[in-house]
Amino acid sequence: MRTGQAELLGVDLAHITTGPVLEVRDLSVIYRTKAGDVGAVKDVSFDLAKGEFLGIVGESGCGKTTLLFAVAQLLSHPAEITGGSVRYKGVDLTELSEAQLATIRWKNLSLVMQSAMNALNPVKRIGAQFSDAMRAHGSTPNEIAERSVEVMRMVGIDPIHLKSYPHQLSGGMRQRSMIAMAMLYTPDLVIMDEPTSALDVVAQRSLMVQIKELQERLGFAIIFVTHDMSLVSHYSDRLMVMYAGEVAELGTTRTVFDTPRHPYSIGLLDAFPSIHGDKVPLTGIPGSPPNLASPPDGCRFAPRCPRVIERCKAAPIDLFRVEDVLVRCIRTGNGDGFDD
Amino acid sequence: MTDGQPLLRTEGLTRHFKIGGGINRKTLHAVDDVSLEIGEREIVALAGESGSGKSTVARLLARVYKPTAGEIYFSGKPLSKLSSRRDELAYRGDVPMVFQDPFGSINPVFRVSHAMLRSLKLHRPDMSKEQRVEEAQRVFDIVGLTPGAEVLNRYPHELSGGQRQRVGFAQALAMRPRLILADEPVSMLDVSIRIGLLNLMTKLRDEQGVSILYITHDIASARYVADRLIVMYAGQIAESGPVEDVLASPRHPYTQLLVSAVPDPKAEPVNPESIDRGEPPKVIDPTPGCRFRWRCPLAIDICHTQTPQLLPLADSHDAACHVAQSSSVPAKAF
Repeated sequence: MRTGQAELLGVDLAHITTGPVLEVRDLSVIYRTKAGDVGAVKDVSFDLAKGEFLGIVGESGCGKTTLLFAVAQLLSHPAEITGGSVRYKGVDLTELSEAQLATIRWKNLSLVMQSAMNALNPVKRIGAQFSDAMRAHGSTPNEIAERSVEVMRMVGIDPIHLKSYPHQLSGGMRQRSMIAMAMLYTPDLVIMDEPTSALDVVAQRSLMVQIKELQERLGFAIIFVTHDMSLVSHYSDRLMVMYAGEVAELGTTRTVFDTPRHPYSIGLLDAFPSIHGDKVPLTGIPGSPPNLASPPDGCRFAPRCPRVIERCKAAPIDLFRVEDVLVRCIRTGNGDGFDD
Repeated sequence: MTDGQPLLRTEGLTRHFKIGGGINRKTLHAVDDVSLEIGEREIVALAGESGSGKSTVARLLARVYKPTAGEIYFSGKPLSKLSSRRDELAYRGDVPMVFQDPFGSINPVFRVSHAMLRSLKLHRPDMSKEQRVEEAQRVFDIVGLTPGAEVLNRYPHELSGGQRQRVGFAQALAMRPRLILADEPVSMLDVSIRIGLLNLMTKLRDEQGVSILYITHDIASARYVADRLIVMYAGQIAESGPVEDVLASPRHPYTQLLVSAVPDPKAEPVNPESIDRGEPPKVIDPTPGCRFRWRCPLAIDICHTQTPQLLPLADSHDAACHVAQSSSVPAKAF
């Protein structure tokens, strides 16, 4: 081993097994652009328990990918974390140096990116990319060879493909080899950014089932970002709906699906045509998300909200707790439904 | 579908691509023996997974590719007989295409009016400049880009993804088309605005009388807008018929798989043991036999030797499946 993780961090993270895996508090990210500051993520807080599956849904530009990158400390200029903390097993990642972060990445915390075609190096064999990641953590060639075969079997790909280049694999296999790479060590946290969005429904479902099986077997926690709310409905424990950089609603997946409280969540759920039941005319959500360089004064969803009242536009809306759900809406925040 | 001849019909449409060279020369069967019909005022959804050949069919119909074999008939006339530039131009105006990527399909350095007015000039040369501007505003209003006069003067970067895709439909509409080929027109848009575009397609059918070939991998949206559904697998048609009919009682095992895989928050969670984990089919130098047989739990001997034909089943729609054709009771694979 090179410089030990424990020496660098002053603590060995693998031995910490109590408490939440991740505590995010009031995290804010701003893009410093020529045209002014764009607040892409604003005051986001959540906890992630050991082995928990958190789904984050929202549309393009809602800040979900920026949030993931902020959690994984992967933001680069012009993005900047302007406030808040990301505590991974008690260690604030925002205060670590690159060298300290490198000891955690892949080992304790891994990432699966949206497009495996771009995230994998096209001119390197899959096996070589695995060994890059493991060599960085000081594993021996024997360990690397053995573990590479193991993780490929784990995701159901013939280890012969360690010798394949990414373009020789199908989209589903590429995505699964990315997941295999995330399993090289035994991470406590795997962050996934739309890993299934390039796949068709059949391959998508098979990948989701596989992710869930691995999670049950290995016990890691997952943050899973997607724009397709229905995709995570059967897999995530909790669901966070993001709108315009803020948490719109956060609660157990079942509750959010059964009784969505934020008008945006309600709109999203109604935006999917169903394959069963009666065919009903749908409307979607007219309008588009606000420009985050100059967000609305009050509720950020107010300009598109079918339930908007004058009071919504006056001042920023807090998150309200209703039973076990957090919701950013003054009309449902008192626990009532819409009375109109 | 109307009486008499359909608006567009294909017969044994086939497109192969040569890949590799020398000793490695192989043939990729992108589309094999596809016969389909699109009626007047009809939205037909063409669904299938990536690589199933659905986009190749669209490009064949748009005459981007020439068919390897087979024929396309438009209003009864075979397209292979189109020879003059004038006929070619008329067909392209009758059957325009709307593309998947609204960020790549509009030239970013010109105002949106630029391409619009140019295509009007090309396809409707009898119009004066003022008439062209008027017509552009009219179609912009129809597709919901209001006020048309103002939106026409914007640059593409000033429009959202949904608005750009509406520009695509407006451009198609300006040619007074009979059939719009829409290749995954909503798949790159956010869910909250997809429905608006789907509703626009229905409106164009009902109010403008155009037919639409809606190419998609999203079978739920196909159900929402389409009259008929054609499911493709590995370059061939697996099943086709009225959309409600096909989805209520899918007879081809692949259609059953596709329907069962659609994420549905209201359904019971799936049993992980029962799901298909198959890989996409190989369509390079395929051997005779059903191309789904490797993944099919119902496959019988004949499936390995004979390619099933698309034949009508008792319940009013067609499927290319030996098992479905030989049993009167619908067999359930997934």
